[in-house]
Amino acid sequence: MELSPKVKNILLLDSEGKRIAAKYYSDDWPTNTAKEAYEKAVFSKTKKTNARTEVEVTALENNIIVYKFVQDLHFFVTGGEEENELILASVLQGLFDAVNLLLRGNVDKREALDNLDLIFLCFDEIIDGGIVLETDANVIAEKAGINSIDPNALLSEQTISQALATAREHLTRSLLK
Amino acid sequence: MAQPYVKKDDDHDDELEYSPFMGIEKGAVLQEARVFNDAQVDPRRCSQVITKLLYLLNQGESFTKNEATEVFFSVTKLFQSKDTGLRRMVYLIIKELSPSSDEVIIVTSSLMKDMNSKIDMYRANAIRVLCRIIDGTLLTQIERYLKQAIVDKNPVVSSAALVSGLHLLKTNPEIVKRWSNEVQEGVQSRSALVQFHALALLHQIRQNDRLAVSKLVGSLTRGSVRSPLAQCLLIRYTSQVIRDMSNHGQSGERPFYEFLESCLRHKAEMVILEAARAITELDGVTSRELTPAITVLQLFLSSPRPVLRFAAVRTLNKVAMTHPMAVTNCNIDMESLISDQNRSIATLAITTLLKTGNESSVERLMKQITNFMSDIADEFKIVVVEAIRSLCVKFPLKYRSLMTFLSNILREEGGFEYKRAIVDSIVTIIRDIPDAKESGLLHLCEFIEDCEFTYLSTQILHFLGIEGPNTSDPSKYIRYIYNRVHLENATVRAAAVSTLAKFGFMVESLKPRITILLKRCIYDSDDEVRDRATLFLSVLGGDGTIDTEKDSKEFLFGSLEVPLVNMETSLKNYDPSEEAFDINSVPREVKSQPLAEKKAQGKKPTGLGAPPAAPASGFDGYERLLSSIPEFAAFGKLFKSSSPVELTEAETEYAVNVVKHIFDNHVVFQYNCTNTIPEQLLERVNVIVDASEAEEFSELTSKALNSLPYDSPGQAFVAFEKPAGVPAVGKFSNTLTFVVKEVDPSTGEAEDDGVEDEYQLEDLEVVAADYMVKVSVSNFRNAWESMNEEDEHVDEYGLGQRETLGEAIKAVIDLLGMQPCEGTETIPSNARSHTCLLSGVYIGNVKVLVRAQFGMDSSREIAMKLAVRAEDVSVAEAIHEIVANG
Repeated sequence: MELSPKVKNILLLDSEGKRIAAKYYSDDWPTNTAKEAYEKAVFSKTKKTNARTEVEVTALENNIIVYKFVQDLHFFVTGGEEENELILASVLQGLFDAVNLLLRGNVDKREALDNLDLIFLCFDEIIDGGIVLETDANVIAEKAGINSIDPNALLSEQTISQALATAREHLTRSLLK
Repeated sequence: MAQPYVKKDDDHDDELEYSPFMGIEKGAVLQEARVFNDAQVDPRRCSQVITKLLYLLNQGESFTKNEATEVFFSVTKLFQSKDTGLRRMVYLIIKELSPSSDEVIIVTSSLMKDMNSKIDMYRANAIRVLCRIIDGTLLTQIERYLKQAIVDKNPVVSSAALVSGLHLLKTNPEIVKRWSNEVQEGVQSRSALVQFHALALLHQIRQNDRLAVSKLVGSLTRGSVRSPLAQCLLIRYTSQVIRDMSNHGQSGERPFYEFLESCLRHKAEMVILEAARAITELDGVTSRELTPAITVLQLFLSSPRPVLRFAAVRTLNKVAMTHPMAVTNCNIDMESLISDQNRSIATLAITTLLKTGNESSVERLMKQITNFMSDIADEFKIVVVEAIRSLCVKFPLKYRSLMTFLSNILREEGGFEYKRAIVDSIVTIIRDIPDAKESGLLHLCEFIEDCEFTYLSTQILHFLGIEGPNTSDPSKYIRYIYNRVHLENATVRAAAVSTLAKFGFMVESLKPRITILLKRCIYDSDDEVRDRATLFLSVLGGDGTIDTEKDSKEFLFGSLEVPLVNMETSLKNYDPSEEAFDINSVPREVKSQPLAEKKAQGKKPTGLGAPPAAPASGFDGYERLLSSIPEFAAFGKLFKSSSPVELTEAETEYAVNVVKHIFDNHVVFQYNCTNTIPEQLLERVNVIVDASEAEEFSELTSKALNSLPYDSPGQAFVAFEKPAGVPAVGKFSNTLTFVVKEVDPSTGEAEDDGVEDEYQLEDLEVVAADYMVKVSVSNFRNAWESMNEEDEHVDEYGLGQRETLGEAIKAVIDLLGMQPCEGTETIPSNARSHTCLLSGVYIGNVKVLVRAQFGMDSSREIAMKLAVRAEDVSVAEAIHEIVANG
């Protein structure tokens, strides 16, 4: 019997319920059609609620869903009926804050699509095959954000000055927060 | 003012127009992916292309095998780039492509190199990727590195290895189990998440060793686990250990309760919730144990965070089912949650309140709910309606306000499931509370005036037909029913015709008027409606087609005595011919799934004799099988076949179970034999039955099994004669005799010479329940009342001490072999009294109904009052005799 907390999926939908990014970790939705149906059900059940200040929660088809909205983005984390919803909420909060850090506070659909690679990496750093990997937004953002697309990187590994620059950037960002 | 307006407009346009993935196409992106093969890798470009590929996969696009292979191969070339961002994307896409094992080899060396890189991020991710795509043989090669990684000083690397271990445990448990020393070290880690992952893995490794788990929990509950997630895990493991201990009969002070209670004071809310839930779910939790958990949950109820309120009210809702009193302290907090913005929380609060509320608060509660109902979704409403139904059963005096509430919401908009829930609730209330009948029926009448659901209309009409005629003024319902004949579809019209007939039959004064109404229906456009009208007119007219009043009553109100499934099969098998369909030919046995019989996995070529008859099961199958055997064909109609009774232990050389077939004058034992030894062939398999302890039976004939090869079941039969119609009981001892022949497993050839041998089987009994067929009745009260009250036999019995009431009830049901009706076989876990309704048909086709009332006193002594009604008084006596002897 497996007792570890399990996340069944993470969803990022836009304000019309369209999928921006989604990752499923359970076999409950085997096909893309099933996944889309689920996303639609989740979206229509939650769209009228105000989940902009606090993480909200609801139950659907024997699942517990925690969710939070910002601008035109809807974040969802699904777990089983028996799951501790506060664990799911901490995953959602970690995701939400990490995306906020990675997108430098401009969290909307356009930014998310422009930085979809970061979003995917973010998902990857939070959950591994349904198991919670990390919930601290700073750590997640740091791990997903080493995206030094820098022409110099072609020639060598990051130089010390670059590393310092990155560190400085991190620092100012955390100060500005 | 103009400036922001314009800007906003721009934004809006952009939103519509702009997406980096506009018009993206799989073919084009696959073309673009060729850039991976360039001699000089452009990391930025490559990253973008990978993102596009990931986007396509994420949107549900799928790659063909060839496409995936091609992308995979070109992606592997990107390992030559040293750009960290690109490497990160490469890891991601490899995981998404999930390459096949022969492709994996190509990246293994690159990934292994990364696993030993100085860069932590490479190490961590390479481990995760490799473990995701690897197979067993490769895993042994990298096992050394993984063990090292578990104890890596970088927590990210360590977590990556541990989580990978959790996944690998499912496919390669024997390898992962060798890592316990390293994992144990991880449990002591200072990093919160490493500790969490290590604990999860360690427990998974040891989960089958109860003692080890118990030790693990014992040591950790004393020490300090830092991470809240790990602490939650520990709480789950602790509850499991507590459950195991109580299952194994350790009593006294509940172990580890103190630990759970101390977790209620943890600083992380997730731990508090986990502990509170664990306490509320303890088996047989006492109210003293519950109190501290309820207290923390009560605090959560007024939290500003919706998740906390939800978690708390959800847990309390569950507690309220078993310990309503424990939750009453929170009622005030929960009442304020009825207006919660979050409707899930509000619904849970209401249903909890309905479970815990007392009689005086019902009216106030209903008022609050009325406001609330208009703005929640159907699925929530159904939950509320169901809660109200149980409330009404609990407080019958309050039926008036509850009924008003139900009839009000019945008039409002709603889907089928919701309306059905309401109608079901009203029907339940009418059944249980006689005072509510007239008003309830009128509410239902009003509802069918404007009901869009055919199913509900017909159900209500049927119900009206049964309940309506017994009311003080049956005539007032006629208008509603006859209106249906004008305004509805054929199905509803037919149901209305039947209902009218029932009124006409039961209420003498209405008969002439109903006859007129029915006469109008014989010009209906639908066949079924016309048929019914004609049929009922002749019943009401009493023109000789149907003789007595009793028959008509039986015809109109009697329940169909055969299960519908059986009826359907029989009708399908019926060939239109001169001979009329005989309802008595429909089997009455409620089909239950026979015990998992070992079915032959594809017939082995026997090479000897005919292939064995396919193992037949189910009543139909048995009947066909027996009538095909000439020796038994003359026994007449099969009355009942028991479910298979095992005569051997599981996993013995020869597996034998027996099915008892009861005929009027005979009993046939069907021995289903399976040979589980591949090296043997059994021939002339017979069962020698010693019936010295079954005096009324005499052996008539037996039918041996010619050949029993490995793993293809066969049957041997023994038939007995017994006095006709008498429920004779007795005990039979059985011995299996056969000739064993050695079989060469490589060729499958059997040797010519065999050795005679025998094998002792367990005893078999024919008991009273074998003469009883389970037959359900749809409406027990009607069936009960239609039997003669003077023939009722009542007696009281002491059943001695039992652990629970349910145990006693099950024993009685098993003893009698009857069908429990209306779900009365299930009882609440801590009930002290219960009434169980049973029905069946006794040998000789005698219908029997039993109403058994059970009560338990403080010393767990159980008493039973058994009332039996049967069509034959002697049978009622026989039932009492069975119980008295049982």
